[in-house]
Order: sequence, then C-alpha cells, then structure tokens
Amino acid sequence: MEKELKILKYSDLSKLIERFHAKGFPVLAPVRKGKVVEIELVESLGDIALDVLLSTQSAKKTAFPKVEKVLKYTLAKSGVTQHPVDPDTARETILFGVRPCDASGFKSLDAIFGEAPGDQFYLKKKEKTAIISFSCPEADEYCFCTSVGGGPGNTAGSDLQFTGIGKDEIFVEILTEKGKQIAAIFADLLSDSPAGIDKTKFLADVKVVFDSDKVVENTSASFNNAALWLEQSLRCIGCGACAFVCPTCACFDFQDEQNTKQGVRLRLWDSCGFSLFTLHTSGHNPREVQSQRWRQRIMHKFSYMPQQLHVVGCEGCGRCSRACPVDMNIKEHLTAIAQVG
Amino acid sequence: MSELIKKVTQLLNDKTVDVFIGYGKGSADRIRAIFVRSAEQTEKLVLNSACTQNLAGYILKQEVKHLGKIGVLANVAALRSMLQLASEFQVKDGEVLALFANPDGTLTEFIDFHSIEVFLTTTDTGITSDEQERIAQLEALTVSERWNFWNKEFEKCIKCYACRAACPMCYCHRCTTDVNQPQWIPVASHERGNLDYHLMRAMHLAGRCVNCGECASACPMDIPLNLLTYQLISPIKTGFGATAGMKADAVYALSTYKPDDKENFII
Repeated sequence: MEKELKILKYSDLSKLIERFHAKGFPVLAPVRKGKVVEIELVESLGDIALDVLLSTQSAKKTAFPKVEKVLKYTLAKSGVTQHPVDPDTARETILFGVRPCDASGFKSLDAIFGEAPGDQFYLKKKEKTAIISFSCPEADEYCFCTSVGGGPGNTAGSDLQFTGIGKDEIFVEILTEKGKQIAAIFADLLSDSPAGIDKTKFLADVKVVFDSDKVVENTSASFNNAALWLEQSLRCIGCGACAFVCPTCACFDFQDEQNTKQGVRLRLWDSCGFSLFTLHTSGHNPREVQSQRWRQRIMHKFSYMPQQLHVVGCEGCGRCSRACPVDMNIKEHLTAIAQVG
Repeated sequence: MSELIKKVTQLLNDKTVDVFIGYGKGSADRIRAIFVRSAEQTEKLVLNSACTQNLAGYILKQEVKHLGKIGVLANVAALRSMLQLASEFQVKDGEVLALFANPDGTLTEFIDFHSIEVFLTTTDTGITSDEQERIAQLEALTVSERWNFWNKEFEKCIKCYACRAACPMCYCHRCTTDVNQPQWIPVASHERGNLDYHLMRAMHLAGRCVNCGECASACPMDIPLNLLTYQLISPIKTGFGATAGMKADAVYALSTYKPDDKENFII
C-alpha cells in the first residue's frame, strides 16, 4: 500500500497505550531494568524507556522465545503417544517503541522461518505482532545500520513508524495494512501531515563504514583464510552472548524434559559460538577451534544467507559488540573483511 | 607503560616468549585483550586503571597455546588463577611467564609458581569493600528473601554462558550443563534451568573461585554472579582452612576427605 503520513502530538502518546489495552492488545516495549533494557509487557507509557538507544536483547524473542514448548508426549509400556502443541495461541500484540533495526531484523527471521513448510511457531506469533518502531534520533559508535542497507529511519519491517519532529510532535508513517488497522484505533488523534516534512533532519547521522557487497564478496572468498579468522577471534571466549542478543540469529536446539510418564520437547536458542554446537556423536567436531566458529558466524550472515535467502543476516544494530564480554566488535571486523584483497 | 613495552619487546626478541597477552585499546572507551607476537606490536600495549580483565583465562585457550610460549600481564586475580589452575594440573610450572605491574610503574616477573606464592603472601587478595558490603547485605536477608533475590536475578538469564566462558576456572571441555544424556541440569533457560545452572556452577566453584569477578562483568544481563561464588569463599576457608589460588600444590577442599572434617554444613 502507499504509505500515509500523519502528525501525532507527544502529549497524546499515553492515550495510545491506553487504547491498545482497551482493545485487548497487550503492549510490549523497552523497559529499563537496572543497567539492562528488556522488551516486556507494559501497563502505561510511563513504563516505557523511549529514550534508550536500544534494548539489551533484540525484539526477536517476541516471536522466537528463548524457550518454547513444541511437543508434548506421554510414555507408556505400549509406546510413546505424541500430543501436538498448538502453535497459534498468541494474542494480537503491539510491539511498541522498538528501533528500525529491530523491525527489519524480522525480515531475516521471516526468511529463515518462512522457508517451506514454514515454522508455524514463529510465523503465527509474528503474524499477530504489529510493530510500531521509533526512528533513531541518536546512534553510538557500535551502530552501523547504514552499512548493511538499513538506516535510522528505515521503515522495512515496521507497520508504523514514529519520528519525533521537534518537542511536541511525532511524524507518523502508516506503512502497511496492519499499520492502518492499528492507526484506526487512534485516528482521531492524528492530523494530516503538512507536505514537505523531511524526517531525515531528525535522524541520527550514521556513517557508512564499509561496502556490504564487498563484505559479502570477500566473506564468500575467505573460507580458507584461516589467518584472518584467527586474528579476529583470538580473544573470543566462545560464549553465546552475541547470538542471543542478535535480532537475526535464529539457530536453535531441541531438548526433551521428561519423567517416567510424560515429557515435553523444547526449542531453545543455540549459538554457533559454542563448541558443543557442532560436536558429533562420534566425538569429532568439524569446527574444532573458536576461529572456525567465528568464521561460521560471519559466513552465515554474509555469505550463506545472501546466497540462500537473499538477505544479509545483519542489521548493524551493534548489540553483539555491546554485549560481548571481550569486546569482539563486529563493525570493526566487517570493515577489515571489506578491505581484504 | 614504557617499562612494559621495553620488557615485552625484550621477551619477544630473545624468544623467552612467543606471544604476550596484554591489554590494548578497544571499542569506544573499552580495553580488550591483545596477543602481541612481535616487537612492533608492543606499541599497542595499554596499561591503565581500566585494564582489569583477568587474562589468565586465555592461557588455556587452544589457539593461544598453539602460538608458542606464553607470557601474560597478570593482575592479582590472574596470578591466583594460575596457581589454582596449577593445583588442578591445567598448567605446568614454568609453562607461562607472568608479569605483574606494580602501582609504582615497575614490573615484577614470575617465572615459576613458587615466586607467585611468595608474592601473594604479602598481597591483598580479598574482595573489595563494596563487594563485602553487598555480601553482608545478602547474608542479612532471611533465607526466603535471599531465595527471591536470586530467583529474580536469574529470571534475566538467557543462558549465553558468558559467565562460564569468562571464568578461568570453568575450563571443562564438557560442562555438566552440556551433558544431556542423561540430563543433569535442565538445558533450557527457564526458571528451573537457570536456577539449577547457576547453583551448580557456584558449587563447582566453591573453594576454587579466585574472586576476579569476570563472571559478573561478562554477563550481558547484568546479573551479579560474582556474589554467588564470593559467598562461598568464607565457608570453605573457615570450614576447611582452604583459600583458592594461593598454592600451586593445594589439595582441593571439596574433593578430599579427612576423618576430622567438620560436618556442620549438613542440614
């Protein structure tokens, strides 16, 4: 659909949350919890940390939670009986106040989980999530969205996008049919936008630091460049912090939890940074050392995903770099990869 | 600083070490571990109050070991890590050269465990007063209040295992939590799985933790995990007279039995 442009008063923002609740829509938004910012259910606008750069974790958990029950079963002498879990139990939910990189991160997840036959546990939840993103008035040195095709005002993946223009007003972009339905809930609070509003004036200046195509090209050609991967990852300690805060990392593991009578099968986040990730039953591990696991992380995002799913698996949010205990900075490492050869 | 560069240059030039693990400039105002392998690279070394990471964890990393003989800039926690790792047969005497930066800018060089042991007898190895205060606050709580405190903290856990990866004492190739046939610890990051994991880890570090605090500083979800293992330092000391990382030939309190061991911890 053609996008619609409106103006909303800041002072009316709290009414939006009230109306969403009145309509029965839970609202998920960034909430400050000490030093971390979590995306959680909120009661009112006052709960929401709209001034933070980014939540600590990405918004992916709203459709791809860290632990998810996918099957139940009972055990008897006669055998195992499976009891399917309905993937379609989520309510229509509004994801509010997240950043453009969170919204666009779902495009990678959509590509991964949307591959036939389609992962219903993800797809149903995603389908029922409406995303109201807030463009970024500020960025920090870890941000590099503009180098991977995004930007502080990128609307990809958002149903509505809000941009603060001056102290009192918000520039509202209605981007999708779903966004139109959500905007109808507060249509009386919207006025038509005067022509010629340039929202880019109100956005952070995020410099392009590398050519994404060059990174894709060089990554694909660097599989056997062991020295490159080793040099970049010597300090990597092999935890999963980067993968778990990433808006596009989608790897998972299955674990059964059971007693003598019944059990559940759980889907859990997993990370290619863990040595266990590729450990074979035989004891052989094809990714024996951390540099090979680091290579996998970069190859997956910048070689395999572009080839197979036609998306780059990185939004340039920089969460992995901020969360890394040993300062693995992906922006810096991708810049170095762009300069290889 | 210049002292350090001079010393590391000399160590590399005369091939005493092949790689020196030190601190370098990181992103923004951060400091990161760097692996200096040539005299030219020594200029990247940085030494300031932000250089707090316990670098001893890297001396066991396979790819670092492959670079050759290791030298490391060791703070007190790293020196203690080395002794504790020695007592657990993870590092041999003379295998790693450690440099300690004294507050006056001079360096102390340790080529064997004995010299580290002697040095530590006159060095403050305790936890900071801030940490002591936080532990006292926790200990002042009732059991159920403390239970609630930790459960609330563990709610944030996403089981990225940054705490485990950052801990120099968590070197097991296959952690208990990774063993799933049978499953000892629920692998999932749900309430029970998080609780069991952190309690298991704390118990496995009881009497082994050298209070470097890497677990807490590594945690992306800001869980004060160090308080959990720090709380176990004093019971092990008073109960068994043992302090981690002070002697290279120490016998681990919780893996030995003496007929006169106190049993007052049994509820």
